[in-house]
Amino acid sequence: MVEHGDIRVVHRGGSKINFRVPVITNDSRFLLCASGECVKVFSTSTEECIHDLQGHTDLVTGVVLNPSNHLQVYSCSEDGTIRLWDFTDGILIKTLVIGYPIYSFYASANHGGVLFIVSPMINDRRSEACQLAAVHLPPSGDQLVEAREISSVLSDVSSNPAAVAFSRGGEYIASAKDLQLEVYFFKKEKSYRFSLKEHNNKGARNKFTCVSCHPTDDCIATGHEDGKIRLWRNFNHKREYTYSTLHWHHSAVSSLCFTPEGTNLLSGGVESVLVQWRYEQESQQDFLPRLGAAITHIAVSPDGALFCTSHADNKITIIQSCVKVSAVLQGLVKGESVRTDLMVDPRSKALVLNGKPGHLQFYSLQRDKQLYNLDIVQQEYIHQSGLEQFEVVKAAFDARGNWLATVEERKQKDLELELNLKLWAYDEQTQSFVLNTTVSAPHEARITAMCFCHAADSQTTMLASASKDGHFKAWQLGEPAHTEEGPSWSCDFVGAYHGLVPECCCFSADGSLLAISFQEVVTVWSPASWELLTTLSQPPGAIRDLCFGQLSCSKYLLGTTAKNLLCCWNLLTCSLEWSTAMDVGLLLADPLSENMAAFCCQAGCTDLFVFKPSEPRPLFSHKAVCSGKVTHAVFAPREEMLESCGESSQWLNRSQLYFLTQYMDLLTFSTKAEEDRLMASSKQLVIDDSVAVTPFYLLLGKHRQEKQETLTSLCPERTQLPQGSVAIKELLHTPAHVLPSTSYLCSMFVRSLLISIKDTREEDDPNEEEMESEKEEEGDSEGEMEPSASGQRSSSSGQTQESGAPALTKAQGRELRRVKKLDHSWLSSLLDS
Amino acid sequence: MASFKPTKIQVYPKLGEKITQDTLYWKNYKAPVLIKEFGAVTNIDFSPVAPHHYAVTAFTRIHIYGPFSQEPVKTFTRFKDTAYCGRFRSDGQLLVAGCEDSAVRLFDVGGKVALRMFKGHTKAVHVTDFTSDRYQIVTGSDDSTCRLWDIPNSVELTSYQEHTDYIRCGTTSKLNRDLFITGSYDHTLKLFDARVDKSVMTMDHGQPVESVLLYPSEGLLVSAGGRYVKVWDLLKGGQPLVSLKNHHKTVTCLCLSSNGERLLSASLDRHVKVYNTTNYKVVHNFDYAASILSLGLAPDDESIVVGMANGVLSIKHRKSPEESKEISGQQKRRPTYRVFVKGKNYVPKQDDYLVSKPVKQHLAKYDKQLKKFNVSKALDTALESWTRFRKPEITVAVIKELDRRGTLKNALAGRDEQTLSQLLNFLTGNLVDPRFAPVLVTATEMILDIYRPVIGQSPVVDRQLLRLQELLEREIDYQQDLLEVLGMLDTMFTSSLPRKEVPCPGIGRPNGLAQGDSTGSAPQLQAT
Repeated sequence: MVEHGDIRVVHRGGSKINFRVPVITNDSRFLLCASGECVKVFSTSTEECIHDLQGHTDLVTGVVLNPSNHLQVYSCSEDGTIRLWDFTDGILIKTLVIGYPIYSFYASANHGGVLFIVSPMINDRRSEACQLAAVHLPPSGDQLVEAREISSVLSDVSSNPAAVAFSRGGEYIASAKDLQLEVYFFKKEKSYRFSLKEHNNKGARNKFTCVSCHPTDDCIATGHEDGKIRLWRNFNHKREYTYSTLHWHHSAVSSLCFTPEGTNLLSGGVESVLVQWRYEQESQQDFLPRLGAAITHIAVSPDGALFCTSHADNKITIIQSCVKVSAVLQGLVKGESVRTDLMVDPRSKALVLNGKPGHLQFYSLQRDKQLYNLDIVQQEYIHQSGLEQFEVVKAAFDARGNWLATVEERKQKDLELELNLKLWAYDEQTQSFVLNTTVSAPHEARITAMCFCHAADSQTTMLASASKDGHFKAWQLGEPAHTEEGPSWSCDFVGAYHGLVPECCCFSADGSLLAISFQEVVTVWSPASWELLTTLSQPPGAIRDLCFGQLSCSKYLLGTTAKNLLCCWNLLTCSLEWSTAMDVGLLLADPLSENMAAFCCQAGCTDLFVFKPSEPRPLFSHKAVCSGKVTHAVFAPREEMLESCGESSQWLNRSQLYFLTQYMDLLTFSTKAEEDRLMASSKQLVIDDSVAVTPFYLLLGKHRQEKQETLTSLCPERTQLPQGSVAIKELLHTPAHVLPSTSYLCSMFVRSLLISIKDTREEDDPNEEEMESEKEEEGDSEGEMEPSASGQRSSSSGQTQESGAPALTKAQGRELRRVKKLDHSWLSSLLDS
Repeated sequence: MASFKPTKIQVYPKLGEKITQDTLYWKNYKAPVLIKEFGAVTNIDFSPVAPHHYAVTAFTRIHIYGPFSQEPVKTFTRFKDTAYCGRFRSDGQLLVAGCEDSAVRLFDVGGKVALRMFKGHTKAVHVTDFTSDRYQIVTGSDDSTCRLWDIPNSVELTSYQEHTDYIRCGTTSKLNRDLFITGSYDHTLKLFDARVDKSVMTMDHGQPVESVLLYPSEGLLVSAGGRYVKVWDLLKGGQPLVSLKNHHKTVTCLCLSSNGERLLSASLDRHVKVYNTTNYKVVHNFDYAASILSLGLAPDDESIVVGMANGVLSIKHRKSPEESKEISGQQKRRPTYRVFVKGKNYVPKQDDYLVSKPVKQHLAKYDKQLKKFNVSKALDTALESWTRFRKPEITVAVIKELDRRGTLKNALAGRDEQTLSQLLNFLTGNLVDPRFAPVLVTATEMILDIYRPVIGQSPVVDRQLLRLQELLEREIDYQQDLLEVLGMLDTMFTSSLPRKEVPCPGIGRPNGLAQGDSTGSAPQLQAT
């Protein structure tokens, strides 16, 4: 049927950056973190992503700086390889094949040439248990090497990377699992085990969650499930070990970290408060509260100047050591479920979905960056597990993006549901949404569907909401009731149909019809008069999805039923146009074309069909898009139309189809032409890393780049006229106190710039002369900016001059000679004096 | 790092009147000036010419007040008995008044003694007015006649004896010198034309007519009698247009605002109502201390003068624009505004290095305590007597916030007798308020759960718990009654509304599966 050769399903953006502990480089300029199948390099000052280190074929599970070279980094992955990268240039240096999935790994400066990996038990693969093994790096210089020397160090360790820690001296390694702490001394090759009781009479839960070792002192800090932190000492004795307890956290400590000098201990947990304990003075604490979401990892830069915390909402916060937030790297926030569905903001073309609790996030798909968070609930979020809080469950944009409607709900057990409908107006001045109307308890039960009227030319916007209480309501922007207030929204119509529960609602493209499905019946209403125009019913199964056709197909209404049927009604004849038996899980229309997309679930996989409502044949189909169900999808308009010739990929010309899988992966379809373009653009984006990437640099860099481009475009002329530079360089490079007086030099210098008028055979362009001097000045300024680079260049330029001399024209040759002569005279005068 | 988000205080829709342009306009008057007259003030008439003096008829005197004076500019006292209906001529030079002794007197506004006395009525004259040609006077009397008098000759021109009861109101046309209208206690309004010897139009008001008013265009006539205000279309031969019943006692006086867009009616029920003359809806309402007998509105609505049955004359002057602005400015400014504004309008010079300081977030006391998770203290703060009585929504919002945080039980527990009784006091006061009930019911249940073991130990708390119980029982009865009424209404509505047939063309034509299968293009969507 339909070919789909050049269309692929790809990951694009929105990967996790909080999966593992991020690493800060020695100079505190870069932050590296595992992100899906690649390692991302961020600048700590500008929050920009500088490199994507791509190469792994599975989830990256750890990033560690190379202890022997601080410009290199190791990364390990579940694909069973360890790769060594140069992160400043983004180059893969070496690949080490281990052969087992690696869950985490560690490196220590005192164990040169050895990496410690946590992988499943090599002997029996069935058990869940993991082991810690030492991998000896083979000295071979090849790109791809296989590690052969693997020796097990500890068996039965936790797969949680925070549960294993090295002492800085490398004398011992501490590993915690469940209720046992194990300390292994490398020299003695002996391990000590310390166990805690599961519960004591005070109800404490003693399970270990994380471990950290003091860099200079013999002290191990462990975090526990009930929020306690224990500091262990004297653990090299079986019996006389001691521990002291610190308690501030009210629930599990998820990460612990000592600062490099060992003066402070940092801890964090679900409270999203970073606590800084003074070592040896634990009663003194510093707090950094309200970091936004539960802390999952804490890392400290090797010089101790920066801390960074990873958070559960896919965020990395960079904190200065004075406990002040300096930068925030925010990825796409993915909770357990996206209850609002995926949407596209008509203004910014950003993907909109649930973000942090109580927020909507606007995520730019083009730039793979979160634009901003809109606080919907506007309530202090209490970081405590088991607490029911307001959640944004529905959201909708109107056609032009002037209005946003959101529904938030909070359901406490055995209490009534709290619902709020909020309407937000777009404010041009602040470039964001401002709350206009809050309707508390808009319906008596959960809202099942909500949609705006998408007619572009209508004067008033209308919002329809359907609820489990058996009613649907239409909301309209009304005149202000009070003079000092602006216009606000109010209920225009309440409708019901035989006491059935409305499930889906949808406005037609021109806004003249509203279709609402009541279980098995589709009712069509006229929003102008609120008359029930017609009912369409399809006996088997409740309606699951309802969708009007767009553009030329706007006379069709499509619906899917729970009994595996896709129906298309013609609204002009009020009859069924066609129907087909398929289990459509998700049906959506492209607002920019007639195309509709249907995701069908078959045998654990999801298939995609793209079709036009006018004919029941698919334009495009793709089998097994992903495993599991596709829960949400959206058509995002492209920034520029794609000129694709392939018939099967034409449906991707105007918009892109993004979808979320069961496992919350954001996937999209990409065509060959698009990938080519992307490749081309990525090459341009390489940033010179020798200079810190600041906004100022970006400005200046662009300017300079342009200049360089213009220079290179003038290049042929320039290579012909390099005469003056040597003299001037020497003039500039000679120390000032050995130079003759400026008045003496000046005339000479000026003369060096001039070309003698006596030379009648040559028509010298005055423009050229000007340009020449300009270039020299530019050359000078450049030299000042990057002395190292230009220094080398100038030293080589002298040689190239000589070698390049034959290529010069006669006039230039003469010029060169004259300059040389001048040069010598000047030097000789220097010598004479 | 986000800052602390303060507790959201729910804004409830304000009960009572809404603020409209009309309320703003009609509220923009100063506090009234009250002048005590000798008896009931029966009539107020504004002079049509410039300084706009107004004549106040009360008991045996007519006082003329200047626009801003609180003392009468002039007084006419030459009445033997109660005077009625002192009215200015359209040039403001002459004033006519009736009297209980059946004589009609004409005064020069500058003089004291009556210029003319018209005698002929046999009973008290309650209505006097000048015709628009300024040379004649129309009078109406309790002897149920109305007469037309000539001023220069001081003779009676015509007498109409068509009414069958007291004539208590009347008005002359401003456009036609021959037309005038009278209203009588025989429930009728009659339009007379001086050129014919009969009334030309009769309208039945249905109640004794107390006041009539002609629109400036004179196409519409407004009459007031009993509790009704009625509007008549004269051009359609006296067709009733609207009947308004907004007062609950007799309407005594009518008046039109200067631009003719608002109609004012005053009544014995102590209210003055303002109507919009396009849709005849009440847009504003004034309250007075006593029954109102007379009402006058200065040109440009500069002042509202109301005469009451207890002899008090109330004068409200419009606020000047500066005054009204000042008031609104004061409302915005808080007492401590000056502290915040210190150095705020300092403009940095060109080379100044700006050090920006984060603006300190101002939090209410309970928010500060919530921020520190001091839940009991936050509840105590919210229960302080001022908040509790004046702003119960704050207290409720704090309770709701505590409930959301799951710490309401902790905050409610461990209270002594005094604070617990305070809490119960608040609950009894606000529990049945439908705005607060969902939150407070939860809190009440928790209190009962927590303090169940100690019931019976404190008489104060026990008494309050009993009160709470009573309150709840009453509320339950009330709700039950309401539900019964609702049920009755539902039955009535369903029986009265015509049953509409739901159009369903789909029923006629089968649009089910059968057709789907029979369609020629056998739909097949199958993956390759």
